Amino acid sequence: MAERLTGNDEPLLVAEGLAKNYGRLTACRDISFALYPGEVLAVVGESGSGKSTLLQLLSAQLSPSSGRVSYRMRDGVLRDLASLGEAERRFLFRTDWGFVHQDPAQGLRMAVSAGANVGERLMAVGWNHYGRIREAASNWLERVEIEVSRIDDAPRTYSGGMRQRLQIARNLVTEPRLVFMDEPTGGLDVSVQARLLDLLRNLVSELGLAAVIVTHDLAVARLLSHRVMVMKGGQVIETGLTDQVLDDPREPYTQLLVSSILPP
Amino acid sequence: MNATAYNFAYLDEQTKRMIRRAILKAIAIPGYQVPFASREMPMPYGWGTGGVQVTAAILGPDDVLKVIDQGSDDTTNAISIRKFFAKTAGVATTTSTEQASVIQTRHRIPEAPLRAGQVLVYQVPIPEPLRFLEPRETETRRMHALGEYGLMHVKLYEDIARFGHIATSYAYPVKVNARYVMDPSPTPKFDNPKMDDCPALQLFGAGREKRIYAIPPHTKVVSLDFEDHPFSRYRFDAPCALCGADDSYLDEIVTDDRGSRMFVCSDTDYCEGRQAAGHRGTESAAPHKERVHG
Repeated sequence: MAERLTGNDEPLLVAEGLAKNYGRLTACRDISFALYPGEVLAVVGESGSGKSTLLQLLSAQLSPSSGRVSYRMRDGVLRDLASLGEAERRFLFRTDWGFVHQDPAQGLRMAVSAGANVGERLMAVGWNHYGRIREAASNWLERVEIEVSRIDDAPRTYSGGMRQRLQIARNLVTEPRLVFMDEPTGGLDVSVQARLLDLLRNLVSELGLAAVIVTHDLAVARLLSHRVMVMKGGQVIETGLTDQVLDDPREPYTQLLVSSILPP
Repeated sequence: MNATAYNFAYLDEQTKRMIRRAILKAIAIPGYQVPFASREMPMPYGWGTGGVQVTAAILGPDDVLKVIDQGSDDTTNAISIRKFFAKTAGVATTTSTEQASVIQTRHRIPEAPLRAGQVLVYQVPIPEPLRFLEPRETETRRMHALGEYGLMHVKLYEDIARFGHIATSYAYPVKVNARYVMDPSPTPKFDNPKMDDCPALQLFGAGREKRIYAIPPHTKVVSLDFEDHPFSRYRFDAPCALCGADDSYLDEIVTDDRGSRMFVCSDTDYCEGRQAAGHRGTESAAPHKERVHG
């Protein structure tokens, strides 16, 4: 335990004074935080509060108007994402990072088989043995509770929940250390959501993943995350441990958000 | 029409200059697709407008031109392109691979080994090997630039998952000079090994897609594969019915509606050369006589 702690006391991802303007419109303003290995951070807030922009800034898909994002590479060096070349950034994106889209069609190749979808990242980092790629793919399908017999079916033929689980498998196959998720349970019905959340929670703790989850669903935040950041109008208005923020919200807006959930 | 109405080899000199620049760049970066300002040619797209422009740009008065279409010297496409250059450039034409200095080809590489000093010009319909996996041109260019070719293996993976082996039999992707992945145009994969370390210059022209690429002489060309599913050539398991060759790429010809067929060399020049040298197949004695094959 002590060993794990010493390995984890350096932040994995650091945001400093992040801001993004679209012309006169400010999407994000003055956002700073540090994410530690194995930590799950939920970003909550209503539509238009800047959550998705923040996620894109953190994952280097957008460049910030000011401020910076740094990431600790596998060699232990903290590097500014803006200083990475495009090749390095793209390599990071398909090895050490994962990105789970709300709409699986954006994150999957809908026309190629599930096995190839999962195997693509492996082939991209130079795996060149069909048998081993296939074995890794079937292992991962099993882990995300997809029947291995469907490995050669295209995700087009999958249900919404299965597609989302396939997308997760595709992202985790290279054992990333950080996963970004944009409303991973959006658009799924409640029982499928529950199953997916359960799966995600297990995977995150098994693999020691760090994750940034953008969601407007406070139940998702409560179930998955250690820490919560509440956003409104492009700013972080409250941050803290999940239970603390959700059980004892300090800001009026957070109180409103929490109280707007229907009691079970 | 009076022959002097055309510039030598149909294209004007400025256009040829532009195409030669593209060719030089393509040779300097083996396998890289160089954009060029493709012209309208007096033939429809898909009939070899890219190859014709490349040929027109490199042709000199002393060249001897051979044109093949699917290995054959006597199809409509091959004959009309040969006539086209005989008329507009007045160059000598031939059907012999050995005698030709410039060979324009569609879908085949001649069976006879090419030698230094020859130029093989391919007609290319779709130059982008990643096209059917990634529709965005901006993205495929970026992938080429960064050498991200995992996607190409996704295609081969799909083949094995569906058919149990790499079923891609033509336009089989190759890696040129250990850098760029290239579409060798729709040649059968049987021909892929001939591209490797070839003493002749190989030029590829795609007219509609406006791209030129090249393999300089003696360049390493490797067909992509998996360790446990290595690249293999494919040919019908039969000797040529006309010349008895058992090493050439064969065409299958259906001879009646009861399932009879014969296999003959797709390279007509190679086949005729062998027949002239006295080689015989099962059909060569009496080609008119119908027989049931077994």
